[in-house]
Amino acid sequence: MKFAIISFPGSNCEYDLFYLLRDEFQIETVFVDYRETSLPADAKAVLIPGGFSYGDYLRSGAIARFSPIMEAVKEFANNGGLVIGICNGFQILTEAGLLPGALRHNESLNFICKPEPLAVKNNQTSFTNLYDDSETVVFPIAHGEGNYYCDEETLAKLKQNNQIVFTYQDNPNGSVEDIAGIVNEAGNVLGMMPHPERASEAILGGIDGARLFQAMIDSQAVKN
Amino acid sequence: MFNVKIFVTYKESILDPQGEAIKTALHRMDYTNVNQVVQGKYFEMQIKHNGQDINEEVDQICDQLLANVNTESYRFEISELVEG
Amino acid sequence: MKELSPTEIKDEKLYLDWGLSEQEYESVQRMLGRLPNFTETGLFAAMWSEHCSYKSSKPLLKQFPSKGKRILQGPGEGAGIIDIGDGQAVVFKAESHNHPTAVEPYQGAATGVGGIVRDIFSMGARPIASLNSLHFGEPTDPRTKFLVDQTVAGIGDYGNCMGIPTVGGELTFDDAFKQNPVMNAMCVGLLDVENSQIGAAAGAGNLIYYVGAKTGRDGIQGAIFASAEFSDEKETQRSAVQVGDPFAEKQLMEACLDLIQNHADILVGIQDMGAAGLVSSSAEMGAKAGYGMELNLDLVPQREAGMIPYELMLSESQERMLLCVKKGYGKQVEELFDRYESEAVQIGVVTEDTSYKLYQHGKLVADVPVHTLVDEAPVYTYESKMPERMNEVNNFVPEVTNLNETMEAMLKQPTIASKHEIFERYDSMVQTNTIVAPGSDAAVIRVRGTNKALAMTTDANPRYLYLNPYLGGQIAVSEAARNIVASGGVPIGITDCLNFGKPNDPEVYYELSQATKGMAEACTIFDTPVISGNVSLYNESNKKAIYPTPMVGMVGLIEKQSDITTIDFKNADDLIYLLGTTGNDYNGSEIQKMQEGTISGQFENFDLATEKANQDLVTKAIQAGLVVSAHDLAEGGLAVGLVESVFKHELGFAVAVDLTAAELFSETQSRFILSVKPANKAAFEEIVKENAQLIGQVTAEQDLKISTKDHQEMNLNVGATKTIWKESLAWQLK
Repeated sequence: MKFAIISFPGSNCEYDLFYLLRDEFQIETVFVDYRETSLPADAKAVLIPGGFSYGDYLRSGAIARFSPIMEAVKEFANNGGLVIGICNGFQILTEAGLLPGALRHNESLNFICKPEPLAVKNNQTSFTNLYDDSETVVFPIAHGEGNYYCDEETLAKLKQNNQIVFTYQDNPNGSVEDIAGIVNEAGNVLGMMPHPERASEAILGGIDGARLFQAMIDSQAVKN
Repeated sequence: MFNVKIFVTYKESILDPQGEAIKTALHRMDYTNVNQVVQGKYFEMQIKHNGQDINEEVDQICDQLLANVNTESYRFEISELVEG
Repeated sequence: MKELSPTEIKDEKLYLDWGLSEQEYESVQRMLGRLPNFTETGLFAAMWSEHCSYKSSKPLLKQFPSKGKRILQGPGEGAGIIDIGDGQAVVFKAESHNHPTAVEPYQGAATGVGGIVRDIFSMGARPIASLNSLHFGEPTDPRTKFLVDQTVAGIGDYGNCMGIPTVGGELTFDDAFKQNPVMNAMCVGLLDVENSQIGAAAGAGNLIYYVGAKTGRDGIQGAIFASAEFSDEKETQRSAVQVGDPFAEKQLMEACLDLIQNHADILVGIQDMGAAGLVSSSAEMGAKAGYGMELNLDLVPQREAGMIPYELMLSESQERMLLCVKKGYGKQVEELFDRYESEAVQIGVVTEDTSYKLYQHGKLVADVPVHTLVDEAPVYTYESKMPERMNEVNNFVPEVTNLNETMEAMLKQPTIASKHEIFERYDSMVQTNTIVAPGSDAAVIRVRGTNKALAMTTDANPRYLYLNPYLGGQIAVSEAARNIVASGGVPIGITDCLNFGKPNDPEVYYELSQATKGMAEACTIFDTPVISGNVSLYNESNKKAIYPTPMVGMVGLIEKQSDITTIDFKNADDLIYLLGTTGNDYNGSEIQKMQEGTISGQFENFDLATEKANQDLVTKAIQAGLVVSAHDLAEGGLAVGLVESVFKHELGFAVAVDLTAAELFSETQSRFILSVKPANKAAFEEIVKENAQLIGQVTAEQDLKISTKDHQEMNLNVGATKTIWKESLAWQLK
C-alpha cells in the first residue's frame, strides 16, 4: 500500500509523517513535489503536511493552493480518494475549496504549541472509526492561524451532515463551535489543525493519534 | 501601464483580532476616542495593459489570490500611468 | 553614502567613527605601505571589530579546553563538532544578538535565530533543536513587557517556520538588563560525519558562489555596531537592523544540505554570511585555505540600486551563504539552487596569490593581503581591577515566619514563575523527536534510528557572577552539567556566549577574565571542551555594565533512552532524597532579591570537586535504573525544587528536614532532589551512601507538606499553588 505526501516549499512536517508511516506502520510513503501534475497511480491516500508553505505569506495556504499538484489532489478527492490535511494542510485544503470555511489568526494573536484535548464528534469516517463516540483524545496543536471560521449557513450544513469530526474541549484559538477538524460532505477529505502524527508514539508522550492512521490504512486494506 | 492600489480587510462580521489589539493599545495610550480599528493588507501593482478589461483582471486577482472571500473583502483603485 | 578619498579619511579621522583606533589605523597603513581607501578602511574596521576578531577576548578564550576524544572540530569554524558514535556527530553553537534585540526586538531576535541556524547547516548538519537564553529588566517595566513579547515572537516565528523545534531556554529578569537585554540563541544540529564541511576556499581557479537572498543596505556596520557602546542616537542604530525571512532561509537550507549531502564532490567550502557579511565570509574562507580571491561586485545580487563597495561588502542582509565550488561545476550548482527557488550566482574566483581584490564597474576598488584582514588584527589585554562590591559583607539571613506565605511569594518571582506561556509560543515538537519538552532541567531529543538521545540546556546565573565572577563562571558550567546529568545524560561539550560590559573598564575586564578562568576550570573537570562560541562586549547603557553573563550551552549524550529522567515525581509513596549538603547561601539568591530588593555580599561557597562527585553519584544511580525523577536545585533552593517536582502530575509530598525554614531557600550548589521507588531503597542508598538524605515521600493526597527543625510547617494545596506558579508571570507581563 502506498501513501503520497505532498511537499510544498516551506512544508516542515512531511518527514514526521514519512517516518511515522514507515517505521510504525510499515507503509510505503512517497513524497510528491508541488510542481508535479499527477499523483502516483497506486497512491491510496494523500497527506498534506504541516508547515509554513510559502512562509504563510499573504495568508497561510493561499499561495500553495495554486501549485500544479493541487489539480491532481482535487481530482483524487473528487474520485473518493482519502485526503488528510494537517495544520498547514488544513489551511491549504480550505484555500483550495476542498473544505469549507477559513482559518484566521488565533484569538490571542500568538502561536500556540501544546497538547490539546479533543472530542471525537464523528467516529464514522475512514479516519476516525477506531475511536469511540465522543472519546477524548489528546493531540498537540502548533499553529498561529488555526481559528476556524465559517458563516452560519455553512455551519448549519456542517452540523447537518455530521462533518465536524474533532472539537476542542478547551478552545485555544477562538474557532467557531470549538471546531478542530472537519470532513467534506462525502467524508473522504479531512482537515484538522491538531497534529495526530505528534501523538502516535509513546516516547513522544501519547499514542492517541496512531488510531487515525491505522483507520486510514484499514479502510484501504479492505478495498484491496 | 496601470498603477493599482488594492486594500484587503476582514469583512465587517469577522473578528479582526489584530485590529482589536491595536485598539486596546490605543486606549491604553489614552486615545480613548478611537472607536474602531481595522487592520488590512495593502498592495501596489503595476500592470501592463493587455487588452483585457483592467477592472475585471484586478477583480480576478483579488478574488483568486489576494483575498480569501470567506473572510475578507477588498477594494481597489486604478490609475493610468503616463508612459515616460 | 559619500566615499571620501584616502587623505580625507586620514584628515577627518573617519576611521574612528567606524571603530578603528589611531594605532589600528596606523598599522593598516604599515601593512599596506600606503593609505587605505574608503572601501579598504571599511573592510579593516569590520574585520578588526571585536565581533569578528575577538581582539579583546582572544587571550582569555585560550584558557578554554577545546580538545577531547570526541571532538572532531573545535572553535574556528561555523560551529564545533562532537562525535556521538555510529558515524554521527552533534554540531552546535550559540550566538548573541543583544544589540539588535534592544533596538528592534522582533527582527533582532528572529535574525539571531536565523544566523545561528546558518552556522549549523553550513557545517553540513541538519538543525534538530534551538534553545535560547534571555535576560531582561523587571517585568513591571512597560518597555520590558514589549521587549519580551516581541523577542519571543521573533524567536518563535523564525524557528517555527524553519521547522526547527525550540526546546529550551532560560528567561530571567533583573533591573541590570533593563536597557540592554541579553538575547542568546543556540542551535544544535545532527551530522553524518562523512558530510562535514569547512569554510575554506582552496584551489586557484575554483569558483566563488553567492547563494540566497539579495544584498541590501540593511545591517551595514552590524559587526561594528555590536562592538560599540550604546548611545541615545536612535536613528543611526535603527539603520543597522536586518529583517529576517525564514521562508527564504528554509529554502536556502534545503538547497545547501542537498548540495552537501548529494554533491560533496563539487563543493570545496561553504560559509554563512553572518557578521560583516560578504567581507568576513570571503576573507575568512580565503585566509583559512591560504589562497587569495577576486570578487566582481557587479555580480552580487542587489536589492537596491547604486550601492557602493563599502555597502555591498559590509551589508548584513540575511539568508545568504558563500560557497567555493570546483571549477567547471557552476552550472550544476545554479540548477540545484534553482530547484529550491533560491539564487546562486558566481561572483568571483579563488586566486593563487594571497591578495584579496574587489572590482566594481571594471575598476579595482580594494586590494589587500587577505591574511591582514583575518589574522593580523591586534590583540589586547586590559587592566584588571577587582570590583569594590566584592569586599562588601552582607550576613543576610532571610526572614521566614510563615512558610506558606514565603513559598507562595517565591513562586510569584518572575525568574521562578512558570514560563509555559512563553514556551508555548515556540513549536517544541516539530520533527517529532522531542522526548522532554521545555520546562524540565534539560530538553531531550532522540537520535532517530538509534537508542540514543541528546540532552541540551542553556544556563547562566548573572547574579552569582556579579558577586563572584570566578565562582560564578564555574557555576555556570556546573549548573549546565547538573541539568544534563539530572536528565540522564553525560555532558560532552559546551558552547558559550560571553555577554559583558566594555573591556577597557578594569572592573569589567576583571569580570571577564575571572569568569572565563572559572569556566575553563569547570570545563576541564567535566570534560566538556568549548567547541564554539561568541563574545558580546560593550553591553551597557547609561555607563553601567550588565551583570556579567557568560551563557553556557551544553549538550549531553544519553546512550540509552531508558536513562532519560525528568524532574517530575511520578508515583505516590516514592521516596524523596536530597543529595548534597545545604549551607547558609543566601547572597545572590532569589530570596535575597525578593526580601532585600537587590543582591549583595560575598559569595564563596562552591567546590568543583564536590560538584563533580555529586553529579557522578546521580549518573550512577540513574544508569543503575534506580531514579524515578531527578531535579537539580537552583533558584529558590530546596523549597522551590520540591514544589516544581509535583506540578506535572499534581501529586503531593510529605517532607521533614533537618534544616531551618530559611535554609529551605538557601541556594547552596551541587544539590539534587531524587525520587526513588521504595523497593529500590537499599540499592539506591548503597550508591549514594551518606551523600543523600531521605527527606520524605511522594503522596497521593495533593498536599505539599514540609516541616522544619525550627518547627515551621508548610501545608499548601498543589492545585492552588500550581495556579500561582503558572499564572504569575503571564500576569506580570500583561
